[in-house]
Amino acid sequence: MLAVGAVFLPLIGALIAGFRGRTLGDHKSQMVTCGFMAASTVASWLLFFLTVPGGEASSVSLFTWVSSGELSFEWALRVDPLSTVMLMTVTTISLLVHVYSIGYMHHDPGVPRFMAYLSLFTFFMLMLVTSDNLVQMFFGWEGVGLASYLLIGYWYERPSANAAAIKAFVVNRVGDFGFTLGIFGVFMVFGTVNLDAIFAAAPGMADATVSFLGIEWHAMTLCCLLLFVGAMGKSAQLGLHTWLPDAMEGPTPVSALIHAATMVTAGVFMVARLSPLFVLSDTAMAVVTLVGAATAFFAATIGCTQHDIKRVIAYSTCSQLGYMFFALGVGAFGTGIFHLMTHAFFKALLFLGAGSVIHAMSDEQDMRRMGGLWKLIPVTYVLMWIGSLALMGVPPFAGFYSKDMILEVAFASHSFTGSIAFLLGLAAAGMTAFYSTRLLMLTFHGKPRANERVMAHVHESPRVMIWPLVGLAAGAVFAGMLGYDAFVGEDRLAFWGTALAQHADDVTAHAHHVPGWVKTLPLIVTAAGVALGWLFYIARTDLPARVCERFPETYRFVFNKWYFDELYDRIFIQPAFRIGRGLWKKGDGAVIDGLGPDGVATVTRGLARVFSRGQTGYLYHYAFVMIIGLAGIVTWFLLTSAR
Amino acid sequence: MITDPLALMPALPEVLMALLGMGLLMTGVFRKGDTAPLVCRVALIGLALVAALVISQPGWGHAAPAFGGLFVNDAFARFAKLLTLAGSGLTLALALDWLAREKDLRFEFPILIVFATLGMMMMISANDLMAAYLGVELQSLALYVVAAYQRDNTRSTEAGLKYFVLGALASGLLLYGMSLVYGFAGTTNFDGLRSLADSGEVSTGVLVGVVFIIAGLAFKVSAVPFHMWTPDVYEGAPTPVTAFFSVAPKIAALALLARVMIDPFGPYTDDWRQVVVLISILSMILGAFAAIAQNNIKRLMAYSSIGHVGYALIGIAAGTTEGIRGLLVYLAIYLIMNVGTFALILSMRRRGQRVEAITDLTGLSRTAPLSAAAMGVLMFSMAGIPPLAGFFGKFYVFMAAINHGLYTLAVIGVLSSVVAAFYYLRIVKLMFFDEPVEALDPVSGTAPRLVLYGGALAICLFFLAPGVLVTGAEAAAVALTGQPVAPAPVPSSLLSSTALP
Repeated sequence: MLAVGAVFLPLIGALIAGFRGRTLGDHKSQMVTCGFMAASTVASWLLFFLTVPGGEASSVSLFTWVSSGELSFEWALRVDPLSTVMLMTVTTISLLVHVYSIGYMHHDPGVPRFMAYLSLFTFFMLMLVTSDNLVQMFFGWEGVGLASYLLIGYWYERPSANAAAIKAFVVNRVGDFGFTLGIFGVFMVFGTVNLDAIFAAAPGMADATVSFLGIEWHAMTLCCLLLFVGAMGKSAQLGLHTWLPDAMEGPTPVSALIHAATMVTAGVFMVARLSPLFVLSDTAMAVVTLVGAATAFFAATIGCTQHDIKRVIAYSTCSQLGYMFFALGVGAFGTGIFHLMTHAFFKALLFLGAGSVIHAMSDEQDMRRMGGLWKLIPVTYVLMWIGSLALMGVPPFAGFYSKDMILEVAFASHSFTGSIAFLLGLAAAGMTAFYSTRLLMLTFHGKPRANERVMAHVHESPRVMIWPLVGLAAGAVFAGMLGYDAFVGEDRLAFWGTALAQHADDVTAHAHHVPGWVKTLPLIVTAAGVALGWLFYIARTDLPARVCERFPETYRFVFNKWYFDELYDRIFIQPAFRIGRGLWKKGDGAVIDGLGPDGVATVTRGLARVFSRGQTGYLYHYAFVMIIGLAGIVTWFLLTSAR
Repeated sequence: MITDPLALMPALPEVLMALLGMGLLMTGVFRKGDTAPLVCRVALIGLALVAALVISQPGWGHAAPAFGGLFVNDAFARFAKLLTLAGSGLTLALALDWLAREKDLRFEFPILIVFATLGMMMMISANDLMAAYLGVELQSLALYVVAAYQRDNTRSTEAGLKYFVLGALASGLLLYGMSLVYGFAGTTNFDGLRSLADSGEVSTGVLVGVVFIIAGLAFKVSAVPFHMWTPDVYEGAPTPVTAFFSVAPKIAALALLARVMIDPFGPYTDDWRQVVVLISILSMILGAFAAIAQNNIKRLMAYSSIGHVGYALIGIAAGTTEGIRGLLVYLAIYLIMNVGTFALILSMRRRGQRVEAITDLTGLSRTAPLSAAAMGVLMFSMAGIPPLAGFFGKFYVFMAAINHGLYTLAVIGVLSSVVAAFYYLRIVKLMFFDEPVEALDPVSGTAPRLVLYGGALAICLFFLAPGVLVTGAEAAAVALTGQPVAPAPVPSSLLSSTALP
């Protein structure tokens, strides 16, 4: 009952605000959605404490969805430690973002629509994390994609917002295609899409093979790789990451909720949820590790060069998602989810803090035109520091516990891919510290670079925006400490139960016994990053420009985001446009319309004119036609008659 | 000659019809005062009584000859006569209202209609080329006169004159064909011609005569290339006359054509079929294309009727019982659609002045939604959109053509009906989607309203019980061909390899 309430209450709120928003008005719509969201959050927390630790995994069956031959599955809500952790995280952050939006969006004309979308998104996300089978997971998966599309394009009168929304949707389609193929593959191998049945049968399928595209594949490797393509799309991993920075076109609360804290972690959740399958394929795990590590490094480099405050945080998100994936890839699923949870708090905090800055700066997002704000908006300043310290992994903030754990498990895996991940992760940690410091210095310190009118306007955000930030800051400070033992520490076996693939002697266990330098090195790197940031942007502000001049190619390459967008534009987009235009102008316009509708219509009109012109009105013409007609028919008859 | 008075009994409806016509003429001429309303009423009642007599006459099951074999009364003839009588009666009822409004109602009009109908009944029941010619001429002479009925109107007189001259030419062709047949076969009696044909002997002279006969009758049904008179006459003649032209004479002439082709010349089917197929194809195509360029609704209906005759001819071209059944079903449905449509056209007036442009119907759905809806149904049915009756009419003739292997004919028929759909739907578009210029007067009078709404309703609901009409038409067709409807011989190309046990 609690589960049903937790999942469906946001939907009710969304429907009320969505369909009755106009008559309810802004204020009531906000109250309704926030109210239902709060109820859902309470239900989720209750559910969490009822289920863990040691609670039994259960499944609330709602009704049959499809029953067609072998294929049968239900609408059902799965309640186990993994889904309750997700429920709790998602609903808490969603509630705080809902409340924050009241303040942030107060001047927007479409408040009910915005609140309805937020609640709708939350519903789909909850549906995703509580799914009992792959098809229902796909339902939630597509639903959050839809909500993401709607919210990125929320300011639909902006062409850039529409383009970003379409880009997000289309890039996600690529991933979704992999996901669907993965579901088909799983159904082909197991004959079912229900998670329990799949997990029960999985060990027996460890050596199964399937034929796909004419090649004999290791069944688990194939399925897991296809599913991982879906995860890459949703979680913006290297190659399918291009939509995430553009998605910042949406309002800032959307960036915080969807494109930082929750939706983009759906891929991480999916891999963790299907961990019993992934552990059966070393190849798939290696791929996950490498893609994750590469993304962590690559996104961090770009983060160091961007000017837009939201884009810096967006690339940071991309980078952090890479950390989560390589944690999963080396087999530390609990660690990945742990970082997912802590990251959700501090990244939402950073985004909303950035939103508060943008709000204060009259919608200015370029850090080059900020600076010296710390005295004017001290609360936001402190909160941003907390978020940044958590992101950098400074003890005792939440990021320290989860991120260091990730680096430790990567080291402890003692595999080739794990080592690469460790090194790339370490480098990314340094860069994370650097760009976080850079962000703070550029925004809050130094001389004000904005014009006076803007500076005069700078003001602290209203309380309805600050209190959610304080809540998130509490999470960013304490979530790591509180969760450490349960998620990755001594209690983890009891905590996760059978929800994740784990055992007493796995990589997480080894991670607690790594050499001391592995534990201290990340801190040293972070400190170096902070120092460098301070040097570049406070002490010697001429240094950045000189570095850029010294390495112009490298700088351009990184600043232009490794030219991914240009590459895709050249390889996919322009050819697709050319093909489309060719088919439209030549194929449809010239050939089909020309020979089809237009051609036939022209012929028809011509014939009609000829026929009616033949109708002269003269009697002798008519008689002539009759006689000639008869003569013709008789002649034809005699010529062709069989006798 | 006539020894047995009972030998006249099969022709009793015709006899009564003739007496009715002459009696009305006497009344009209000798009675003082304005006799027109009385004559009209009596004529209508007379038509209804004759129709009732046709139904109630004994002997549905077999053919009954009269006049020494010149005349035959069988189920086919009765079915066709009922359609003809219905067409005459309905159009007469519509005409009275219209003529009264035009202050042009004279007693000659109903009398001419009665005589024309008598001629048609003779045509339908003819069992001899001479009897057939008599019927055709009686009908035609009456029609020439009604075409020129508004004698102080130049368009009407022009129409009458054109029709008369060209009709005379067609009669000449018809007569010439008959004489050719007589010259080569030695008889004009259908039974005699049939036994000659059955003997397997064929002379080219007879066949050429048959082609001439087809040409002469094709003029009467306005099939291409003998259609040239139709648009001019339809436009020029008074509208009720046009309505009358478009149904009753067509039904009678097609019935006569079917009888001539199937009964005496049935064994020659493979010879004459190509001519009928050609005429049918030309009619369908011309009817579809030429109508697109029309602005006058009466001209449009002229081309529409040319097209419909093309479809009806498909049934004759098939030459099978199924084909004749299709023909009769088509004619019955065509009758209802056309009379219904003309009920609206007859009511097209603006501030009392009659209007005839298609664009006058613009926006009818705003000003007269019910009429527009009925007209919409009729137009959709004419275009052959299921589940309206017009679809079934086409369906049965196309089925007959397909089952007889006339694929080209069926395909052209379907394609031309697509083209034809354009101008029917254009009327619907005008009525429902365009802004009205000025409202038409509402449909007034009991008869037009009854015919319009009743027709539309019948067209709508036909699909609920098509069996009533189809079974009757089948019985009539069997009476003509003498063969039951073959269980549809499915073309081999449509058979799947495993369908047969």
